[in-house]
Amino acid sequence: MSSEIRYISHPHPVTGVTNSKLGVWCFLASEIMLFGGLFSALVMLRGGSTNWPHGFEVLNVPLATLNTMVLITSSVTMVLSWASLVRKDLGKYRLYMAVTVLLGLAFLVIKSFEYGYKFEHHIYPSKSTFYAIYFTMTGLHGLHVIGGIIVNAYFLLPGSKLWHKDPEQFTGRIEAAGLYWHFVDLVWIFLFPILYLL
Amino acid sequence: MSGHTEAEIKKHVRTYIAVFAALAALTVITVAISYLHLSFGPALALALAVASVKAGLVALFFMHLITEKKAILWLLGFTVFFFIVLLTIPPLFHH
Amino acid sequence: MSHHTHAPSADHGHHGEHALPFWRKYIFSVDHKVIGVQYTVTSLLFLFFGFCLIMLLRWQLAYPGQPLPLIGQFFPETQMISGIMLPEFYYQLGAMHGTIMIFLGIVPLAVGGFGNYVLPLQIGAPDMAFPKLNMMSYWLFFIGGVIMLASFFVPGGAAQSGWTSYPPLSNIAPPGQTWWLVGMAFLINSSLLGSVNFIVTIVQLRADGLSFFRLPFFVWAQFVTSFLLLLAFPPLMAASVLQLMDRVAHTSFFMPTGLVVNDQLAQVSGGGHPVLWQHLFWFLAHPEVYVLILPAMGIVSEIIACNTRKPLYGYKALVYASIFLGFMSFIVWAHHMFLTDMGITMSAFFQVTTMIISIPSVIILTTLVLSLWGGSIRFTTPMLFALAFLPMFGIGGLTGLPLGLTASDVHLHDTYYVIGHFHYVVAPGTIFALFAGVYHWFPKVTGRRMNETLGKIHFFFSFIFMNCVFMPMFIQGLAGVLRRMYDPMQYAHAQPVQPLNEFISVSAWLLGLAQIPFIINFFGSIWRGKKVENDNPWQATTLEWTAPTPPPHGNFAHPPVVYRGPYEYSVPNARQDYTPQTAKEVL
Repeated sequence: MSSEIRYISHPHPVTGVTNSKLGVWCFLASEIMLFGGLFSALVMLRGGSTNWPHGFEVLNVPLATLNTMVLITSSVTMVLSWASLVRKDLGKYRLYMAVTVLLGLAFLVIKSFEYGYKFEHHIYPSKSTFYAIYFTMTGLHGLHVIGGIIVNAYFLLPGSKLWHKDPEQFTGRIEAAGLYWHFVDLVWIFLFPILYLL
Repeated sequence: MSGHTEAEIKKHVRTYIAVFAALAALTVITVAISYLHLSFGPALALALAVASVKAGLVALFFMHLITEKKAILWLLGFTVFFFIVLLTIPPLFHH
Repeated sequence: MSHHTHAPSADHGHHGEHALPFWRKYIFSVDHKVIGVQYTVTSLLFLFFGFCLIMLLRWQLAYPGQPLPLIGQFFPETQMISGIMLPEFYYQLGAMHGTIMIFLGIVPLAVGGFGNYVLPLQIGAPDMAFPKLNMMSYWLFFIGGVIMLASFFVPGGAAQSGWTSYPPLSNIAPPGQTWWLVGMAFLINSSLLGSVNFIVTIVQLRADGLSFFRLPFFVWAQFVTSFLLLLAFPPLMAASVLQLMDRVAHTSFFMPTGLVVNDQLAQVSGGGHPVLWQHLFWFLAHPEVYVLILPAMGIVSEIIACNTRKPLYGYKALVYASIFLGFMSFIVWAHHMFLTDMGITMSAFFQVTTMIISIPSVIILTTLVLSLWGGSIRFTTPMLFALAFLPMFGIGGLTGLPLGLTASDVHLHDTYYVIGHFHYVVAPGTIFALFAGVYHWFPKVTGRRMNETLGKIHFFFSFIFMNCVFMPMFIQGLAGVLRRMYDPMQYAHAQPVQPLNEFISVSAWLLGLAQIPFIINFFGSIWRGKKVENDNPWQATTLEWTAPTPPPHGNFAHPPVVYRGPYEYSVPNARQDYTPQTAKEVL
């Protein structure tokens, strides 16, 4: 068959990676630069500011710490779901993936409590550059979490049919989805101390 | 990932759990440091150091960079370089 | 002839091809060739539309304050009053001309059009690595384009703060600016999907035997371009998000404390930094210059090698220079910002990097010029355009040097000299290369040649009028005429060179007329062009010419195997003057 695209399930003999893995890493490289632009804005605005508040004085550190734990836990369940597929255990995969999706949702719920508390006190992004960058960065991160939940939920339910057709391709997809999910975690690992603890 | 033996996977899973424990511990540490109310310089340095270790753990073990192929490491090398350029140069010259 | 051409195209189509309904095959297609043609046609239309905008604008510059004859009466009163252009409309035309030409015209044509169509064929792949993402990339681009066009009809009109959208002006502009930002978000995501696809395709899907140093230079150029798109565009996405927040959620990312708008203190929290936008914008927009020029260089080098019947001079130098060019393009952006009080150290740094980046550009241009030496040149239409590219890009590049040095840039910044400079790079430069590409690959796409006579008429008139348009701009700029001035007579120092404006405008309109032969030729040749006699009408060496014409879904009857480099023309002692990459022995 001449019209088949190669290296979808099996790695390229020279590069050692599949198309999807290289593709998702390229995408993450782009994401690094996206958040790079925002972090650059943060550094520049804070550097030029005379009265930047301490995050721990105006934001809810306990809730954010809880959220950090939630996201870290979801990262480990994500990688365990992939490991289950490598062990050919679809049931365990389903379990871990379901937990990952639920933890993602929990993150959003906790985050919405934080936002709601701020809105109740009439604190909006327009209040100051601090809140502007806080809402923008956590909001964009939240959108990434939503995207990840959608992808993970897809692979939990309809997307898992692929397992019976091509288990290796499916495992590769979960690895790619995992890379994205860990990246979302990784962004939060920096956002949390920079916004909340300094 | 083909070619993983059962023993290898078990070892991997143990690593993941250990990394998870380290991440949780580091989260507690970084929050604890913030309650010390250090001055801005040391606080920033400590917070970034802890965050970098945590990020390194996630990238190396959860994202498998520790065993990743050269093509991807090259890609990330360039990206990190440009990321640093983007992060450092603009704030350097306008105050 | 080539040993892959015996297969009639229809027999070897993908098994599902004939079952696909029309809308899956030609509208929501996942075939890289259909998507490439979609990109090409859409972006050619946008190029034409963007050109029309500037032809309108040129009326105001040539005959300021006079009613536009014939068509002026058809414009609504928000744009022209009894044919006299309003300043708001003038600035919309200028801002949208730049936006459309760059983001909806040239880049989608060079990368989305040529890259999509030619690249998988040149590397012997059946398709792009992610066909569905490829389709999504086109439709995101399409939606982005529709949003940009629709913005002309919202209250207050389209974006009018220049294609660079500098705040605070853009922050307080009418709603069209919000549409611009949303449109850009679609275009940025479209280019992200495209660049991921190109990188993976080039790295993973090359034919057996096609090592990196056997790739045609066009593929290398697209490879470097993809990295620029991948890593430089996201900071603009970040900047767009910030500006969107400023406009919609009333934050102050770019609004400094104490900003006065219309004699009133702006009601914002303040504390923002307008220069932050410039950093994030130019972090994209300087690499973007090389996104505009690298694919053009790739097209030109393919055409030069084929039409001189000899290998490119210094192929490896070309490759290394383009990689170095791509790398350096990330650390020169602040030379657009010399007038923002950056201090001596930083300006010295950016002057040095700017001078350094001219070296790889010169290497590329020199190797292409030296490739002509001793060749028996075929002066076909694509070759004429490719040849014209060389001096035109040369002028564009050399006039950039004074802009890269602060001492001369202080005088030239934001004058027509800058306009002349970058238009020489992208208009008679890149656009000529893109025309060359259209004439060169047209026979592969349609199975018919474009008409040579019409092509030569198109070339010579375009060449003359392009220079008539842009050369006088250097004189205007040296005289101190500023860009983005609604009334060219406003300053006394601009009045002596005002007659040049009339000359430029008339030339621009004649340049518009000179495109008519191309439009006739392009559409006419699809149905009436001379049929090609075989799959390789130009006797070229690269893989796309060994595929059936037009290539079916899946491209090749058998996966091609490559045995040699891309430019084996006029091999000594060979019987014919070219040896395709798939030939085991020298032919």
